[in-house]
Amino acid sequence: MSAPSENLAVPAMAPRGKPLLLRHLPYFAGSAVLVALAATVQFDGYIHNILMEATTFAIAVFGLSVVLGLCGQINLAQAAFFGLGAYAVGLGTSDYYLSYWLCLAGGCVIALLAGAFLGMSTLRLGGHYLAMVTISFQQIVTLVMINSIWLTHGPDGVSRIGRPELFQSSQSYLAFCVAMLALVGYVVWHLADTRLGRAMRAVRDNELAAGVVGVDVFRTKVIAFALCAVLGGLAGGLFAGGFAYVSPDQFSFAESVVFLTMSLLGGVASPIGSAIGTGLLILIPEWLRFLKSVPGLYLAIYGLSVILIIRYMPDGIWGFVKLATERWWLKARALAAGPALQLAPAAKGGDIVLSVRGLSKHFGGLKAVDNVDIDVRRGGVHALIGPNGSGKTTTLNVLSGIYKATSGTVVLDGTDMSDMPPHQRAAAGLGRTFQNIRLFRTMTALENVVIGAERPGNTLTGKGDDAALTARAMSALTFVGLGSRANELISSFSYGHQRLIEIARALAANPTLLLLDEPAAGLNSSEKLELHALLKRIAAQGLTILIIDHDMTLVSEAAQHITVLNFGKRIADGESLSVLRHPDVVSAYLGTE
Amino acid sequence: MDLVLQLLFTGIGIGAVYALVALGFVLIFRATNVVNFAQGEFSMVAAYLMVVFAVDLGWPYWLSFLLALAGMALLGVIFNLGVYYPLRHRSFLPVIIATIGASILLANSVLAIYGPQPQVLEGWFETPGIQLGPVYLDSQYLLIIAVTIVLVIFNYWFFEHTMLGKKLQATSQDKEMASLLGISVSAMIMITFIYSAVLGGLAGILVAPILFVSIQMGSTIALKAFAATIIGGFGDVAGAIIGGLALGIIETFGAAYISVPYKDGFAFLVLVAFLVFRPQGIFGERVAEKA
Repeated sequence: MSAPSENLAVPAMAPRGKPLLLRHLPYFAGSAVLVALAATVQFDGYIHNILMEATTFAIAVFGLSVVLGLCGQINLAQAAFFGLGAYAVGLGTSDYYLSYWLCLAGGCVIALLAGAFLGMSTLRLGGHYLAMVTISFQQIVTLVMINSIWLTHGPDGVSRIGRPELFQSSQSYLAFCVAMLALVGYVVWHLADTRLGRAMRAVRDNELAAGVVGVDVFRTKVIAFALCAVLGGLAGGLFAGGFAYVSPDQFSFAESVVFLTMSLLGGVASPIGSAIGTGLLILIPEWLRFLKSVPGLYLAIYGLSVILIIRYMPDGIWGFVKLATERWWLKARALAAGPALQLAPAAKGGDIVLSVRGLSKHFGGLKAVDNVDIDVRRGGVHALIGPNGSGKTTTLNVLSGIYKATSGTVVLDGTDMSDMPPHQRAAAGLGRTFQNIRLFRTMTALENVVIGAERPGNTLTGKGDDAALTARAMSALTFVGLGSRANELISSFSYGHQRLIEIARALAANPTLLLLDEPAAGLNSSEKLELHALLKRIAAQGLTILIIDHDMTLVSEAAQHITVLNFGKRIADGESLSVLRHPDVVSAYLGTE
Repeated sequence: MDLVLQLLFTGIGIGAVYALVALGFVLIFRATNVVNFAQGEFSMVAAYLMVVFAVDLGWPYWLSFLLALAGMALLGVIFNLGVYYPLRHRSFLPVIIATIGASILLANSVLAIYGPQPQVLEGWFETPGIQLGPVYLDSQYLLIIAVTIVLVIFNYWFFEHTMLGKKLQATSQDKEMASLLGISVSAMIMITFIYSAVLGGLAGILVAPILFVSIQMGSTIALKAFAATIIGGFGDVAGAIIGGLALGIIETFGAAYISVPYKDGFAFLVLVAFLVFRPQGIFGERVAEKA
């Protein structure tokens, strides 16, 4: 742990950057040049088709970079969503003579609804369910395209697909698609640094921790999945207009695999990677046309590439390049320390900030927590102790909503949160750390703490714009003594420092009550002393703490009030010293004679 | 009524195949916590090996059968070493993606070698079947049902009453503890992959005379088997078998009374219905992640 002198930070606001649009001006300028090129340079038909394909495919692959790259959820049906958009535009303009724009929007809506439905039915469950369900959905869409001839023309496909009035020529339509690509690319690129994007990355890195810091995990996953589906639908609609003819084999499972390979090859975490991957996998097959003469060989190579990329280059080409450049770039960018950390825990209820009544958690026949009452007084440090297996951590998990209580009520500062999921409890003012540290491992310390500061219901971050959040997060990091290393990745911190970052993440949220799950576990003696000092400084600001720990010195010195559990039952409760001398407590720890 | 009995028989026969593949899924899932998306391709590769040995080379059926199963055991070894083992310390997403890659690689390698034309494999018996009252019992379906019953009994005996089976169970429940007790975890995982590759292969060989031997048969069977495991309760052996049988019956009746071209869609509908209303399946229990 670093010296606590850092805590005497100069109260300075993080510098407000230039307006976002201005900072991103080079991107828009570059895009404008590309659109102008697409609109004016004369390509021959072959090149034109390749560009058309690359542009529309890249939009679909951007969708994968959201769902797989940002949110860590798999989608093996991107070609099906692409097909929904393509068939909406194809059938709508050729069979029903509807406006192109109406069909394009309709295709996006259909893809959105299908994606949201699949996501909502599956995303509460583990990732392998999603993989299988998306494959099944892909097969169903293909079945319908081939067999519902009255609607889709079956294997013959749809021809004479229309384009909008404005972009009748191939050249102008390509320019339009490039403009759409630039627009979607901007949204996806920028998404990672928005509140929603951070929530997605938090879910990807650690679902449990994301829920506990206030991210609605399920909603975030459904949004990511639906967004991916919409981008697939949009891309398909543009594709149909570009080629004027579509058929079922263009939207088969094999195409979903192609999309996935494109996304993995370039680097799944970034739209730049998606663009690289798409470009390469459209160009390489054109160079190696002889491979196409043997059916299957092509996809066999794709399958092998997927295995090899996952094994040897998990972040793709762009991830590889970025890792090399980002390290020094992040370090070079120093941040202002932020004002001294203010903690202003809400105080709506009375003297008892957390009231637990009759709390039980049974696992089958095992009563891990059995009818426990706890009252935590406002502004103090309250310890929950007990021998191994006494139900302490289970109690904490039930309190934070990770486990559903078998029975009992939990009231925080006047809010009954007995039936709330973790993110709502966080919003209601509950903060916590974990015994086995749960940080978002691919992010920097600052990003981790910013997600904490973003807690819904945090009154101290003002309008919640980026500058205010960053300042708040810097204050919290400085408070625990790590402000100068804010831009380093989690993996570069020692175990003890990771603990402190977790505490900073909880403090940045300005909770009403802080749950600390064995914060001293694994710390050496000097780190324990610093932790003790930190707890004192937190308590001095009036934040109530409920702590679990085995270190009796820490507990007896820090806590005014102690509750003791044994075999899931409360065996003692009261003022620290008297509880520690209680004969039942002594026998629970040391055994009886 | 006669038709119902006939369909029931067919449904159980085809369901038994799903159950065998589902069993392979569950065994690997329990040992490694990974869903092997190439499980269906094991069935497809085994069926093609049969075609190579029994049809192309004209070797005796029993010899081809043994060679095909030996080939599957070898594939299980290669699969473990090439796909799972290097990624065993990574999170589940990379492993899933790698098995999907392997599934694509296997299916399309066979396509590249053998071409898209579906192949025909004769059944094991000369006699096509027997008439029992109103129901015609096809001999291949009878064989499938008999083999499945024998394998389920063998599976039970193997895991509950042999030392190797108990070691495999210990490994699947707690790898660290198992290794502290002197069990070689990597050997146990290798055995699991071999066993489930052989199981999947067996299912493929048994079903091949009923379906055509084609590239798509792997993914079709795998999707049904996966749906079967969810219906039964994920990770549960009995659930996989009941789920497989149930799905086979639903699908056969659906094809007879509702629509033939959409036969493969019924599995998906049942799957989604279970995911929405009973995601833990018939037998399963969802276990919360430990904080």
